[in-house]
Amino acid sequence: MSAFLQRHRGLLILAACIALLPLGVRNDYHYDVLINAGLNAIVVVGLNLLIGYAGQISLGHAAFFGLGAYASAILTTTYGWHSLTAMGAGMAGVGVLAYVVARPILRLKGHYLAMATLGIGVIISIVLNTEAQITGGPDGMSAEPFSVFGFAFQTEKSWYWLVGGCLLASVWLATNLINSPIGRALRALHGAEVGARVVGIDTTHYKVLIFVISAMFASFAGSLFAHHTPTVTPSILGFIKSVEFVVMAVFGGMASVMGSVVGAFIMTLLPNVLASIEDFEPIILGAIMMGTMIFMPKGLVPTIAKKLRRKEAP
Amino acid sequence: MLESSIQFILAGLTSGAIYALVGLGFTIIYNASHVINFAQGEFIVIGGMSTVALMAAGLPLPVAIMLATLVTMAVGMALAKFAIQPARDADVVALIIITIGASIFLRGIVQLVFGKDIHSLPHFSGETPLNLMGATLMPQSLWVMGVAAALILVMAWFFNATLAGKAMLATAYNALAARLMGVDTKWVLLSAFALSALLGAVGGIVVTPITFVSYESGIMLGLKGFSAAVLGGLGNGVGAVAGGLILGIVESMSAGYISSAYKDAIAFVIILVVLVARPNGLFGKKGIDRV
Repeated sequence: MSAFLQRHRGLLILAACIALLPLGVRNDYHYDVLINAGLNAIVVVGLNLLIGYAGQISLGHAAFFGLGAYASAILTTTYGWHSLTAMGAGMAGVGVLAYVVARPILRLKGHYLAMATLGIGVIISIVLNTEAQITGGPDGMSAEPFSVFGFAFQTEKSWYWLVGGCLLASVWLATNLINSPIGRALRALHGAEVGARVVGIDTTHYKVLIFVISAMFASFAGSLFAHHTPTVTPSILGFIKSVEFVVMAVFGGMASVMGSVVGAFIMTLLPNVLASIEDFEPIILGAIMMGTMIFMPKGLVPTIAKKLRRKEAP
Repeated sequence: MLESSIQFILAGLTSGAIYALVGLGFTIIYNASHVINFAQGEFIVIGGMSTVALMAAGLPLPVAIMLATLVTMAVGMALAKFAIQPARDADVVALIIITIGASIFLRGIVQLVFGKDIHSLPHFSGETPLNLMGATLMPQSLWVMGVAAALILVMAWFFNATLAGKAMLATAYNALAARLMGVDTKWVLLSAFALSALLGAVGGIVVTPITFVSYESGIMLGLKGFSAAVLGGLGNGVGAVAGGLILGIVESMSAGYISSAYKDAIAFVIILVVLVARPNGLFGKKGIDRV
């Protein structure tokens, strides 16, 4: 039992936070912001597996989020599929697509990989923007309500608990993955790719695997997003959105599952907090991003955790 | 058929010239610091916007251009001094976030100072189109290509024939060895940002009469410049220029012959194909992993 506590301390803290947060919620708008923060957090937890643990960058992850969202919207409205089947089909499709593109592009390194993932994101976004008969073009489209076994999620409150539960499940899955042989192989790969190959780790296989997994996390969150938001528009899968996901991961802390969650929450809440001083919002946001990376290059959560540990054991 | 091809090539060379300048700016900074400066597009916007504002204040065009370029170079050096230098030892990804943060920051300031409107500048030598083998060409396009070519030649001369340029190249090859030989690498970083801001600002100013400028226009131009630099092979100046021109021509050809909605997508598909075939760009050297 204590080993379980040790390993899943973060998970339990997160569960407590999710259970207690509604006490401070005054209206539906607050719920809406928290729900979006939770959905972003699911994407970032997956993305951080790729960036923080495997050491590979992706500047195109919003495209997978967007594909999941469009799959759910198109399949439930145009084809009348059940929302769960649509979500599963979206994840499977995104997984296959990620696998096909990952094989050639993950041979690239550093900035070249950044360029390639960015390019894939831009291409997917242009296609969805242009094929207006299917996607509704720049105006976007909406999905049918999300329902599980006959229960339709309509209120913000029910959505909050749904997303909270999904976030916990994602964190649990990611933590287990990191502590499995796959996670150890990834860390070896991050440390020294050639070294990992020399000791017999099929590095390409693991890089592709984690790319596919992280793309499916994004697609999953995208599907939920599509059912929750009034309209799915191409703006959700642009380059800027991809950058936002990377910023959340790095800001919260690379190679830290809890860091991903904290990063996603802060970076989602911040623009809403700053909205009252609208004209200065980008300036403050940019300054915070630069300041954090200059003074805490490891990200928020790892830096604070290190400080706390030093206090505990002087 | 031939006329339209010439027309598309001319249009492609005009936008390609700007991509080449931005790509060269990426390359210079990358060589000096191994940083990809995602705020590169903002230099274009600051150059264009300040020229518009200075002209509105009553200054003649040449003076406005000079002052706007100096303003942009000062911004570039401030960025190097206050955001890049303090984080010299940070991870590559952290440095990427810093420059993205800088671009959001600068975009916010531009929006605050100059507003959200789209601005333009008068064409430098009138708007009577020239006729070239059946294709038409605006005099401003000649300005864009001419100024870009001149800047690229000056850069080539600077890096190959002056002591300062050679010091910067030496830093790119091996920063530690360059320091041991007495090169002030902090100075190299500042100069790299100043030069790259200069390229962006001048490029932004000459192209503003054609494409206009708004606080947001730096995002796409920055991406195109990055693509140009990567296509040619990061760190290779000639490659960045070639990459920019290729990108410009591919875009305008696909817009003309295939579909204007898909022109950016086709450009990126070609970049992906090139990268898969040549993982270090068209002119890049093969990298060696150190264990």
